[in-house]
Amino acid sequence: MHVLKIVFKNAFRHKLRTGLTILSITIAILAFGLLRTVIHAWYAGVEASAVNRLVSRNSISMIFPLPLSYKEKIRQIEGVKTVSWGGWFGGIYIDEKNFFANFAVDAKTYLELYPEYIVPPDQKAAFLKDRKGFVAGRKLAARYGWHIGDTIVLKGTIYPGTWEFVLRGIYTGRDKGTDESVFFFNWDYLNEEVRKKTPGRADQVGFYMIGVTNPDLAADVAARIDGSFKNSLAETLTETEKAFQLGFVSMSDAIITAIKLVSFVVIVIILAVVANTMAMTARERMGEYAVFKTLGFGARHLAGLIFGESIFITLVGAACGVALTFPVADAFGRAMGQYFPTFNVTGETVVMDVITALIVGILAAIVPTVRAIKVRIADGLRSIG
Amino acid sequence: MIVPFSYSLRNLWTRRLTTVLTASGMALVVFVFASILMLAEGLQKTLVETGSYDNAIVIRKASASEVQSGIERKQASIVETDPEIAIAGDGKPLVAKEMVVLIGLPKRGSNKQSNVVIRGITDRSLMLRPQIKLIEGRMPTPGSAEVMAGLSIAKRFNGGNMGETLRFGMREWRIVGIFDAGNTGFTSEIWGDVDQLMQAFRRPVYSSVTFKLRDSSRFGEVKRRIEGDPRLTLEAKRETKYYLEQSEVMAKFLRILGISLTVIFSLGAIIGAMITMYTAVATRVGEIGTLRALGFQRTSILTAFLMESLLLGLAGGLAGLFFSSFLQLITISTLNFQTFSELAFSFTLTPGIILRALAFALIMGFVGGVLPAVRAAHMNIVDALRSG
Repeated sequence: MHVLKIVFKNAFRHKLRTGLTILSITIAILAFGLLRTVIHAWYAGVEASAVNRLVSRNSISMIFPLPLSYKEKIRQIEGVKTVSWGGWFGGIYIDEKNFFANFAVDAKTYLELYPEYIVPPDQKAAFLKDRKGFVAGRKLAARYGWHIGDTIVLKGTIYPGTWEFVLRGIYTGRDKGTDESVFFFNWDYLNEEVRKKTPGRADQVGFYMIGVTNPDLAADVAARIDGSFKNSLAETLTETEKAFQLGFVSMSDAIITAIKLVSFVVIVIILAVVANTMAMTARERMGEYAVFKTLGFGARHLAGLIFGESIFITLVGAACGVALTFPVADAFGRAMGQYFPTFNVTGETVVMDVITALIVGILAAIVPTVRAIKVRIADGLRSIG
Repeated sequence: MIVPFSYSLRNLWTRRLTTVLTASGMALVVFVFASILMLAEGLQKTLVETGSYDNAIVIRKASASEVQSGIERKQASIVETDPEIAIAGDGKPLVAKEMVVLIGLPKRGSNKQSNVVIRGITDRSLMLRPQIKLIEGRMPTPGSAEVMAGLSIAKRFNGGNMGETLRFGMREWRIVGIFDAGNTGFTSEIWGDVDQLMQAFRRPVYSSVTFKLRDSSRFGEVKRRIEGDPRLTLEAKRETKYYLEQSEVMAKFLRILGISLTVIFSLGAIIGAMITMYTAVATRVGEIGTLRALGFQRTSILTAFLMESLLLGLAGGLAGLFFSSFLQLITISTLNFQTFSELAFSFTLTPGIILRALAFALIMGFVGGVLPAVRAAHMNIVDALRSG
């Protein structure tokens, strides 16, 4: 008990220095937590994937379509329950800065496949009835202040022209990780317009979304689908939704690696700060350590004192940092909603924060402890901080 | 009287461990700051150098990139006849009608797919881009299933090297040449005969028409003519501008990331410097009292301590820059969000970045040192001497 008291009192002997050290740990842990949350947000699409959904696309690459006629063939394949299709529309709202995902989908089957998108029944009926209708996520509608019945105009990039849509429904996410910033509309509307302007591009879909009867069969079903279109003009590449999303993420691997490295750098920076503080503390107290030794206290006691102080300081800093991470992440998530549809701090991040702080506390105390143990009593008594 | 500069230097030298720790914290911040700026710079440089100022590129209106664009043969022929197009040595106009699509290829090592640009070219394509050199093998023969790959593709993608084959469009395509396009976007592309590729992908339209201007200053006229032609649904841009636009989203993302990170990190480093300087002041109260008693002014004391923390910042800045300069040897290849295709670019260090990084380091030192220095300057002589 006495030891703890000494540790506590020692820590606050230099109020200013300890305060500043705690502040810098707080900032670093906050930064570390935010960076981990950014990486997490990057994988949000992967996390939100369902195990019973497959995505089928042209095997050459994303930009090549598949014929609409494939839908019947896919439906007949053993293990397939629902088939939906759609395409990336890539429209621009007012100007390029307002980026959000917008898809043309076969509405009825799409909503069946995505039970996590909850649309009120009356809105759903209105959306299915209106060719120009669209559904937007709660966050997206809030971002631009859209209300049911509003007309929204998107400028086409892949499909030239200006396109009018009417907001018929706003969906909310069933789970915390569900992306609430998607814009989807009726694929039939797109197809009819395309047929008028460029008949050659009609009846082509960007991807098929396939629901399987049993998630364990997903790999077999995917292989069967790809097998049945082998050596045709448009070969398919079918993978689970998770693998599909992961493929997207891994394309920007380099950036994720950079963020991971940087979150490591921030730890090294505070390590330098805390180690510096502990080095100063130990230097000033060499005389005291010598007195301890004279009184017969051993190396273990000295180590306990120094390590205790170091870990105490880092943990207090970590606690403040973790407490701040939540409100800051919330604000950050709202500001960067366009880049990161979901931005939630996970329990894992908090645990990592605490472990990191502990490691820093331990590392920072090593050199001063060794010095305190090694010092000869006479030298220690003679030393001036 | 001014306190000698060596006083500040020798004080830092005396507490070597503390100096090294503080400066290395700052060095890390400067390192991160410089490296992210270098990355954004490298990205923009690569894309800007891809285009040349005298070339104009024509794509379909409102398409953000060549990949999304489509130009029908009839429209392409109209563009081809523009009187402002330069004529090559063989008397034919310097204009290339090209097709650009993305294909998914697995990366070497990780086997993860990424999108690569494949460009259907004509014999004019190379003339329009003098920066491209064939370094191995030969050009693909027109009318055959042969392609040549950019250096970055050959290095990073399965099936992209000499003699290897790629399979798409129900055919095998052999790589018969490797070209080096220096530090440009073309290094991350695969080139083959445009007519063969159009067949294979069943895409009866071109993606872009690129031509060299006879007189670069008359671009405005050409632009007006093409965009005002009722038969065309196209827009013309200078190649440089077109490629700069392709880098904007990514560069902006990197800058936002970089600036927010450095702001947070620099707070940590500034606090580190503050702790060091406060302690330096606290342990030297007697010295400060003596200096004052000898007749040194408050301002000189202030300057001496500020100098010390500025030196810390400078040391950190130089160390950070020293390490970040090695990053220039690294090339990273990642997906450009805007074009959705793979792009290789390297860290690029410019004098501007060096200046900004050093200024940043000095500012950190100054902010960290100003309060402790003020405290040192405002000590009461008698008390200071007594406590020492």
